[in-house]
Amino acid sequence: MNSYFYSSVFRKTLATLSGFFLIVFLFGHLAGNLQLVLLSGDVAQKQFNEYALFMTSNPAVKILSYLTYASILLHAALTLFLAIQSKKARPIDYEVSAGSANSSWASRNMPMLGILVMLFILIHMKSFWYEMHFGTIGNDPWGHKDLYTMTVVAFQKWWYTAFYVISMVILGFHLRHGVESGFQTLGLKTRKYIGPIQTISQTIAILIPAAFAIIPIILHLQS
Amino acid sequence: MSILNSKIPEGQLSEKWSNYKSTVPLVSPGNKRRLEIIVIGTGLAGASASSSLAEMGYNVKTFCFQDSPRRAHSIAAQGGINAAKNYQNDGDSVFRLFYDTIKGGDYRSREANVHRLAEVSSNIIDQCVAQGVPFAREYGGTLDNRSFGGVQVSRTFYARGQTGQQLLLGAYSALSRQIAKGSVTMYNRHEMLDIVKIDGKARGVIVRNLLTGEYERHFGHAVVLATGGYGNVFYLSTNAMASNTTAIWKAYKKGAMFGNPSFTQIHPTCIPVSGDYQSKLTLMSESLRNDGRIWVPKKQGDDRRAEDIPEDERDYYLERRYPAFGNLVPRDVASRAAKERCDEGYGVGSTKLAVYLDFKDAIKRLGQDVVSARYGNLFEMYEKITGEDPYKSPMRIYPAVHYTMGGLWVDYNLMTTVQGLYAIGECNYSDHGANRLGASALMQGLADGYFVLPYTIGEYLSKDIRTPAISTDHEAFEIAENEARDQNTRLLNNNGSKSVESFHRDLGAIMWENCGMARNKPNLTSAISEIQSLKKEFWEKVRVPGRDDNLNPELEKAGRVADFIELGELMVRDALDRSESCGGHFREESQTEEGEALRDDENFKFTSAWEYKGDDVKPVRNKEELQFEAVELTQRSYK
Amino acid sequence: MGTLNLTLKIWRQDGLNKPGGFKNYKVDGLNTHMSFLEMLDVLNEQLVNEDSEPVAFDHDCREGICGMCSMVIDGRPHGLLDGTTTCQLHMRFFNDGDTITIEPWRAKPFPIIKDLIVDRTPLDRIIQAGGYVSINTGSAPDGNVIPISKEISEDAFDAAACIGCGACVAACKNASASLFTAAKISQLALLPQGQAERKERVIGMVQQMDKEGFGHCTNTEACEAECPQGISVEYIRKMNWEYHCANIKG
Repeated sequence: MNSYFYSSVFRKTLATLSGFFLIVFLFGHLAGNLQLVLLSGDVAQKQFNEYALFMTSNPAVKILSYLTYASILLHAALTLFLAIQSKKARPIDYEVSAGSANSSWASRNMPMLGILVMLFILIHMKSFWYEMHFGTIGNDPWGHKDLYTMTVVAFQKWWYTAFYVISMVILGFHLRHGVESGFQTLGLKTRKYIGPIQTISQTIAILIPAAFAIIPIILHLQS
Repeated sequence: MSILNSKIPEGQLSEKWSNYKSTVPLVSPGNKRRLEIIVIGTGLAGASASSSLAEMGYNVKTFCFQDSPRRAHSIAAQGGINAAKNYQNDGDSVFRLFYDTIKGGDYRSREANVHRLAEVSSNIIDQCVAQGVPFAREYGGTLDNRSFGGVQVSRTFYARGQTGQQLLLGAYSALSRQIAKGSVTMYNRHEMLDIVKIDGKARGVIVRNLLTGEYERHFGHAVVLATGGYGNVFYLSTNAMASNTTAIWKAYKKGAMFGNPSFTQIHPTCIPVSGDYQSKLTLMSESLRNDGRIWVPKKQGDDRRAEDIPEDERDYYLERRYPAFGNLVPRDVASRAAKERCDEGYGVGSTKLAVYLDFKDAIKRLGQDVVSARYGNLFEMYEKITGEDPYKSPMRIYPAVHYTMGGLWVDYNLMTTVQGLYAIGECNYSDHGANRLGASALMQGLADGYFVLPYTIGEYLSKDIRTPAISTDHEAFEIAENEARDQNTRLLNNNGSKSVESFHRDLGAIMWENCGMARNKPNLTSAISEIQSLKKEFWEKVRVPGRDDNLNPELEKAGRVADFIELGELMVRDALDRSESCGGHFREESQTEEGEALRDDENFKFTSAWEYKGDDVKPVRNKEELQFEAVELTQRSYK
Repeated sequence: MGTLNLTLKIWRQDGLNKPGGFKNYKVDGLNTHMSFLEMLDVLNEQLVNEDSEPVAFDHDCREGICGMCSMVIDGRPHGLLDGTTTCQLHMRFFNDGDTITIEPWRAKPFPIIKDLIVDRTPLDRIIQAGGYVSINTGSAPDGNVIPISKEISEDAFDAAACIGCGACVAACKNASASLFTAAKISQLALLPQGQAERKERVIGMVQQMDKEGFGHCTNTEACEAECPQGISVEYIRKMNWEYHCANIKG
């Protein structure tokens, strides 16, 4: 039993499970963000800021958020560790490499995509999470911290919007390989279910980043 | 002659083996632990013998020159393996398998051995199934069979077109299990260079570690050779590039007699030679003849494309000459018929040394899907090599050297004329007589390794339990090692001008021209002197680059070719000596009016066992007269 | 048929742990009917005649089944043709004037022995760690005692077709031996004969695979694309599943 926890298969499994948890988180996060654009004006501002307050104060949400941080760290640490191990398994590279002949671009560049997504997360957290918790942020007419206005203002800058959109494309590629690969690692991508699993994986990989990306675009266009 | 004791047990043919098994002396488990057995080669015979002996409790040391025991050339066998299971309820039986094998071998094999082979054939299938060999199955889940050339029942078990691979991987897995247990010590990339004989008994081997170049001495209470065939003496053959005769040739020089060296099987369905750069020939499984029809144009030198030649201008010559068996005549008959057509000028393709193997009718009758399910991988292979699509235009095929029925002479125990030295699988002469039936090589290799040798070796070892391990400092080891070393030093220091490859090619040309599908006295006589001068030239002019103390494939090849040249001479001598035709050995002087092989039972109903008498001394031919009690000798007819 | 003049850029290395590097060679007047290895034969005969050491490469059966030949040609194990070993790759797929880069399999567990030859014994050790059914000679029941459906039998065959060449490792950006290991595990897990040792087998073999220092599988599926036998990554999925079950069920 012990050997299980040290095996490459188990490590990949943990990476998968943490990744899958992060996808669930993304859905939740997305639902919150959509309030920015599905409603408008004061209603949006009031509801979004109340939501933000709830998210930063509710104990259950707290637990979930710690789980999320843990997942991000675990996912990053494990995959980084495995990537380094793999690098060691081929100390001398090929002179000529023809990877495109046998595998997808995303599958070959997961570590790079992952690092970029991580960078995005850090910048994103600095801009919003940090400001919300520790920054100087004004109140809205109802007495809540006005995250809504801060967000709307932030995406008035075109380059900031562009940064978000590009980051989502990167996330898309990461999910494009990651989700389907996760099902394979868990041993679920059987011949019988390979079709539905591919559809689900591709849908997730397109839907989540696209929905996330459309919000800053709309906000930018509204400004 | 009394010098050869075949040790055939007394009694009824059908009871000999079971009687033998119940009376053969056994070695107790405690003693088995003290006995060491050396096995050379890890093909079907070597791997199955190694694992079985280790399971029984012997200490086994196994050697192969490849990087892994799984690479042995048994892996390339495509078609299948015979067994007298009668699963198809078509009247098969042990006796029928025995009879077909004796008849197919043109009555030049030993009845008792062949009967034993037929008896254990069923056990082989059971053993392999139990190992997880994925044989082809019927929809109901039972094992499927197909028919093969030279027989009228379906007794061939198969795993797509990769039966040899699957059987070998089964044996390899059994071997791997014993390696993991420590009861087999495996030496990869080690080539046997000589046998060590002490007091007349085989007591060890000299091997060279091909990676470091080191010469190693290994002691064994018995030595088992399972080193395969020597078809590469023809340079071009279906054998793997490194298949060689060195182990059995050195054994021959140490006193093991060589049985029927000239008996060579030329396989009818190979991809034709396309140029002089060619390094090997590729076999297309004989199973193709089940549904493919062989033909040539009726007009000599017809240059039209196959598709453009109308039906009534095609000569389906096998169906015409042999209506009873048609395209399924035995290999030697099919090969000679192809050669006859080509010699007469009806050959096709750019070299005119090819005939058509056509699946047009099969595709019409069965549909492309069924044909593809049966032969898909073979068709693919053909297309890969030739760049032509056999679904659209017929394959071109021509006979090629495939198997050597000859090999070290062995008695009923599979022991050579050197005490304690055994030969199993293709490297012994035994069970196939003058022609081997399809799907019988795998059967024999596994029969020898799994079910025969593990019993028969006990007869010898039971008398050897008091022999302690002999130190490899013994002078016999010293001498043998020095000889092996000296030969390599001589090769490396030769500073000649011709590559090893070119000598091999020259030897192949001499052999194919004179000792191939048709042989005659004048050609054979001149071939002897041609080979002798080639040998002289080899030792004067061969150039071997590199060193002795690391991996040097050219040096390995040089040693092998040196032995092939000497073997070639013996093969020609044997072919010359046997002035009858039988099986794959066709002497033009001995044929019926219709051009079929004509046996001469009065003068040649024996196995030739050649005895080495020294370099450049004519070897002596001894005879083992063959007794036929259960079968009546008839002229083979497949008409 | 045309003739080819080629430049070959080949990795040369005199021995284990020795420094290596690329060397360029010219070979002219090649026939397009030749196999890739026959083309190397021509080069080697040329080298012998110039009194230099020929290029060492593993090869044996030259009909695509022994799994011995192993070289990366222009970045692809066994060359550009799918489902083909190097020995079955023919020169008609190359053009006159081409420069072809030829490298050995590169993976830490496969140290280079000489030039293009690597040591693949780790694959043998993976099989020794459980890639068999423990059945002694002579103790097998009749072959037809256990019916096995055609479907299962064919599936097991697809996995069993592995020739052990190591192209999967060579192709994988992580130098993972998952496809090789998974193929044997799956073959025996599918068949009734393999059930008794199913659990120990998958645990033992996966452990050995890790121990040899192969990288982990990130499902790029390059192995399947380069496998001469086209062995499916479905078996890697199966290996993962088998491994989870064996460990979790205990």
